[in-house]
Amino acid sequence: MSDNTILDVKKLSTHFFTENGVVKAVNDVSFSVSEGQTVCIVGESGCGKSVTAMSIMRLIEDPPGKIVDGEILFQDKDLIHASKKDLRRLRGNDISMIFQEPMSSLNPVLTIGEQITEPLFEHRLLTKKQAKQEAIKLIELVGIGRSNEIFHSYPHQLSGGMLQRIMIAIALSCDPLLLIADEPTTALDVTIQAQILELLKEIKEERNMSMLLITHDLGVVAEVADYVVVMYAGKVIEQGSVLDIFKDPKHPYTQGLLQSKPVLNQRKKRLYSIPGQVPNLIDLKPSCYFYDRCEHRMSICGGSIPEKMEVDDNHQVACWLYEKEEVRT
Amino acid sequence: MEETTVQTEHMAKYRKSNLWKQVFRRLVKNKMAMTGLGFLIFIFVFCMIGPFFSPYANGGVDAININQPPSAEHWLGTDALGRDVLTRLMEAGRISLTVGLGAMVMSVFIGTLLGVLAGFYQGIVDQIIMRTADVLMTIPGLPLLFIMAAVMSEWKVPAENRLYIVMVMLSIVGWSGLARLVRSQILSLREREYMHATESLGLRDRRKLFVHLLPNIVPLLIVVGTLSVGGAILSESVLSYFGLGVVPPTASWGNMINAANSLIDFQNRPWLWIPPGVAIFLTVISINLLGDGLRDAIDPKMKSR
Repeated sequence: MSDNTILDVKKLSTHFFTENGVVKAVNDVSFSVSEGQTVCIVGESGCGKSVTAMSIMRLIEDPPGKIVDGEILFQDKDLIHASKKDLRRLRGNDISMIFQEPMSSLNPVLTIGEQITEPLFEHRLLTKKQAKQEAIKLIELVGIGRSNEIFHSYPHQLSGGMLQRIMIAIALSCDPLLLIADEPTTALDVTIQAQILELLKEIKEERNMSMLLITHDLGVVAEVADYVVVMYAGKVIEQGSVLDIFKDPKHPYTQGLLQSKPVLNQRKKRLYSIPGQVPNLIDLKPSCYFYDRCEHRMSICGGSIPEKMEVDDNHQVACWLYEKEEVRT
Repeated sequence: MEETTVQTEHMAKYRKSNLWKQVFRRLVKNKMAMTGLGFLIFIFVFCMIGPFFSPYANGGVDAININQPPSAEHWLGTDALGRDVLTRLMEAGRISLTVGLGAMVMSVFIGTLLGVLAGFYQGIVDQIIMRTADVLMTIPGLPLLFIMAAVMSEWKVPAENRLYIVMVMLSIVGWSGLARLVRSQILSLREREYMHATESLGLRDRRKLFVHLLPNIVPLLIVVGTLSVGGAILSESVLSYFGLGVVPPTASWGNMINAANSLIDFQNRPWLWIPPGVAIFLTVISINLLGDGLRDAIDPKMKSR
């Protein structure tokens, strides 16, 4: 990829050690984010998107979770072996994160102002007065008027959309290089979703910030992403630029995902849905994990796990369909 | 941005009614709690300011007027040393209330600090703190206090300092219950999403503990703290009654009731032991009423307003 890579995730594996067995939530995931780029991780629930994000932030609780293998390089700094102190300096400062539920991500007993100024005190070492000015600026930046009033109000007095804007303001407070957004619009209603996405896009472009967006909403992906990583059962099954993925999806799962998306001006009785369910991550067989649900399955698919391979410039897929093609040619 | 302007208009109304004002409003509506609060204020004023208006302040001994029944000069009579019982009652109230409040503040402080640490750090810290609390809870409180008090007497602690020693003793015995409560609250609070958010913002543990977690348990602390003042006053009375707490000449309600120990005083001179008894009874009952009222006012799960 490009030279100015900010985040490089190499062969990341995060497993959860539960009583029933080892859950391979993230299994050999590699991708990178370069400066100013928006990377989207897509997949259905339980495929390891959030765990990937949490692993990058090193927020996986140990036990039961553990990053068992791989490398996470942020500006060539190894995050997996970073000390607690280094991580604390990094979080909220260079990498910040927006969560899914704005309503529960803010402490109900502290005012918005108190919560926005916290990272400013912690990382930028501002005085109280400076922090307040900065906080008011941030509130205005995320498009909320009457910033002074908001500064003194409590989270329960604001709507979900406004709270998500506040979360964004908090995340932006220290001018991060990378913003990780874990389904930032899932809990919001559709009109607000569009506003929030627009805001994220604007701010990202203005500050030349990189963004790692986690979502299951392909509409969101089409709107903001530069590069897409499709995950299934903890593995990356396809990755490529947004154009490649939408125009020329290779993996049967990606094709299925795109088919199950409603299209405007096209009346269908029923939306397409991929039959079957995500396999239990505890006892995965050494086969393609999509085997049971795949329309194009072949004998080889049930026997061994396909490796990721380049099908196009910057477009990789893990599927036996294309391996065969390559072998043939 | 239409949504935001509508929102902010709503907020102007909202801002004035924050949590504590709502709590206060609900508390005012509770008649029992207000009676309790009223009596507590009265007893405070009575004990703190009362002695300044008494001609018999500072324990003046009057050998001529001993064991006098209530009269115009001595409203509640005099004791065996000719001291005015009303004045002593007020002075004793100062001590008892101080001990009650002091012991509460100390045990709330210790209990909260240890409970928060145990709940937040878990693991070995939790084990050490909670096992210590368990050990304290397996020993009945009173015998433990008696032993500690006996040791104090052995070490010949001066009478003026006994007051503070009693406070420390009561808080040592009293912190464990609160620590457990606080710990269980913290255990559930630390898993909330906003605590994950603080982690992702790279905040220091100190900030997470005292800025984010502590304010969330303040309502609990207020209720438990209020209720524990009553308990502390009672324990102090018991200790002083047995001559192990605050010792004469310093007066406390407990050692004033000690007069009832002698059969003659008990039968013939009720003015010696009824006033401190009534004072303890009313104070503790008021504190409990206020505490219950506070709990109802603070608890958001309470349905009726």
